[in-house]
Amino acid sequence: MSTSIGKRELDDAGRALLQRASGGRGQFEDLVIVPIFAVIAALVLGALVMLATGVDIGTIGKSFVALGKGSVGSLNAISETLTSAIPLILAGLGLGLGFRAGLFNIGAEGQIVMGGLAAAIFAFSFPGLPAILLIPLSLLAGAIAGAIYAGFAGVLKATTGAHEVITTIMLNLSSFLILIWALKQPYVQVAGRSDPISKSVPEAGQLPRLLDWIDPNLRVHAGLFVMLIMVAFIWWLLFRSKIGFAFRASGENPDAARYAGMKSGLIIVAAMGTAGALAGLGGASQVLGVLERASPGFSAGIGFDAIALALLGRSHPVGILLAGLLFGGLEAGGRQMQVDAGVSIDLIGIIQALIIVFIAAPLLVRAIFPWGFRKDKEGGAA
Amino acid sequence: MTFLSKIGLAAALVAGSVTAASAFTACQVTDTGGIDDSGFNQTAWKGVEDAIAADGIEGRFLESQQESDYAANLNSLLDGSCDVIITVGFLMGDATKTAAEANPDQKFSIVDFAYDPTIPNVVGQVYATEQAAFLAGYLAAGMTQTGILGTFGGINIPPVTVFMDGFVHGANLYNERHGTSVSVLGWNPDSKEGLFTGNFDQLDDGRAFAQNLYDEGADIVMPVAGPVGLGSASLADELGTDALKIIGVDADQTQTDPEKAHVYLTSVLKRMDSTVHQVIQSAMDGSFEGGLVVGTLENEGVGLAGFGSFEDAVPAELKAELDEIRAGIIDGSISVTGM
Repeated sequence: MSTSIGKRELDDAGRALLQRASGGRGQFEDLVIVPIFAVIAALVLGALVMLATGVDIGTIGKSFVALGKGSVGSLNAISETLTSAIPLILAGLGLGLGFRAGLFNIGAEGQIVMGGLAAAIFAFSFPGLPAILLIPLSLLAGAIAGAIYAGFAGVLKATTGAHEVITTIMLNLSSFLILIWALKQPYVQVAGRSDPISKSVPEAGQLPRLLDWIDPNLRVHAGLFVMLIMVAFIWWLLFRSKIGFAFRASGENPDAARYAGMKSGLIIVAAMGTAGALAGLGGASQVLGVLERASPGFSAGIGFDAIALALLGRSHPVGILLAGLLFGGLEAGGRQMQVDAGVSIDLIGIIQALIIVFIAAPLLVRAIFPWGFRKDKEGGAA
Repeated sequence: MTFLSKIGLAAALVAGSVTAASAFTACQVTDTGGIDDSGFNQTAWKGVEDAIAADGIEGRFLESQQESDYAANLNSLLDGSCDVIITVGFLMGDATKTAAEANPDQKFSIVDFAYDPTIPNVVGQVYATEQAAFLAGYLAAGMTQTGILGTFGGINIPPVTVFMDGFVHGANLYNERHGTSVSVLGWNPDSKEGLFTGNFDQLDDGRAFAQNLYDEGADIVMPVAGPVGLGSASLADELGTDALKIIGVDADQTQTDPEKAHVYLTSVLKRMDSTVHQVIQSAMDGSFEGGLVVGTLENEGVGLAGFGSFEDAVPAELKAELDEIRAGIIDGSISVTGM
């Protein structure tokens, strides 16, 4: 394990990042203007990257039109944007909550894996249950699995001080192996296939598609409501409930929170558990709503994108909702870019990464767009 | 985006601008290997490129980065702008079926997969790969110095293991005819157990698995794991081809991996480009019908590539035997299933 000096450095670095992520409520510029400019700057830089890789200007124009068209340009595009956004936002909410509580949880990916796996197993184990029971119970199974899995990291931190960055990364890696192992078990694996893939979620366990009466290709599903309810719930939990206050207090200043009589160990475990439950719910909604089965790699990096999302949304539920819609749109639009303009999907990854870079460096954005900010606020929270 | 896919893109764009709005469009969705995998996605895309060059159609492709992309990618091609949608690989079987059933007027074709019962708007393209792999097994058994051959796969699924089956049975026939006892490590066609890397993208695994087989005495190895085999090729390059030779799969790997061309004894060809082109043409001339296209030695849908740098090293008698066996497989007098 790391030495105490190494751990303290990690703690300090983490705290600096978290402080930036949580921000102050009054800092309108950091919360709204910086992200908007970051997106613009990223798109412009993305265009420059395309130019540098030999894509001509006409194609670049075409690809940005395609980005717009593929994200919001049609009913199908909006449906795809929302479909991609649902698990991102759910996992992002969990991470944002952890950030507020001072926990730099990298483990959403593993929690998504465990949540999705548990939801799939639960759903095909009880095919006889009616949809009204099976769907909520399967979602719950996913949330519980995610909470337990994240809870390991919480308990380790609370009891031994093991840093959550390290333990959650380890747990991510373990989760991939657990997934492949579980998918090969005769009880889980679908009959007749020798590759790791789970049985299908029965019809009654699938989150119903909301718009398939218009067009069977519209994939947006009832997980959308789960996600919206969770956005509201986490807002209430963080800003209106006692436990939420404890989360935020120990995130802002763990020592002060402890002197005020809050049980820091309990708070860490509770915050990690809640974060894991949300990520697990994200995995469950992905499996029950989109994929209809668990397969290796079904988590598809959602848990890592969600870290960026939580930072971009400044760990505020509404910010995360908006950031999630943006990322969902980038993903859906990115596919259209590939179809219409033949631009590589990797480029969307670059644009997303650039957005994060600019968000994480508000000073840079202020330097590039000086006219967008009041002069006297120089430096801001950064 | 890599150089090769850019060529494909450029070709698509040029073709698109020349043939204007009325052009027939073929769209391909790759599996997670990507369009430039030196293997089956790339070979299938070559079929589209051939059609672009020969028939003046327009071609587009979408790369899947993970399995959850399959349905999403298919979805974004369903706006009616594609005359035929080509999906690649066993793992896309379910997603293609779902999309095809929801969109009965859209023509689909899936490479390396077939449906039973067939779907009226889907053509499955399958390959009697065991026939070509059988020839490779026979050849390898005739060429080995140590009397030990090796093979390993990506994951244990039929389109992979069919190569390994044919390879083992081909080596067995050589043993039968020549009284030798060449053995094949890495696959048991009866128990269906063997060596698998568990993925189709980690080149390091290709190296490690080939190293293990080499350590066990194998001097010719056939990796059946897409780009993973490129890792095995670089090991063979380092050890020297006297110590280790590689048999390529899917495409002629002396062409797709030109830097290591000298390590490939031959390649087991799955001519997906030819069947994809065939399907595109049938969709163009209206003869498209759901069902099956089977590539065999007879219609050259599968085959053995040339011997590359080993052209002179392979004895003339062995070449003659291979020709005789090829003819025997085509007329049915030689069984490739070891029966």
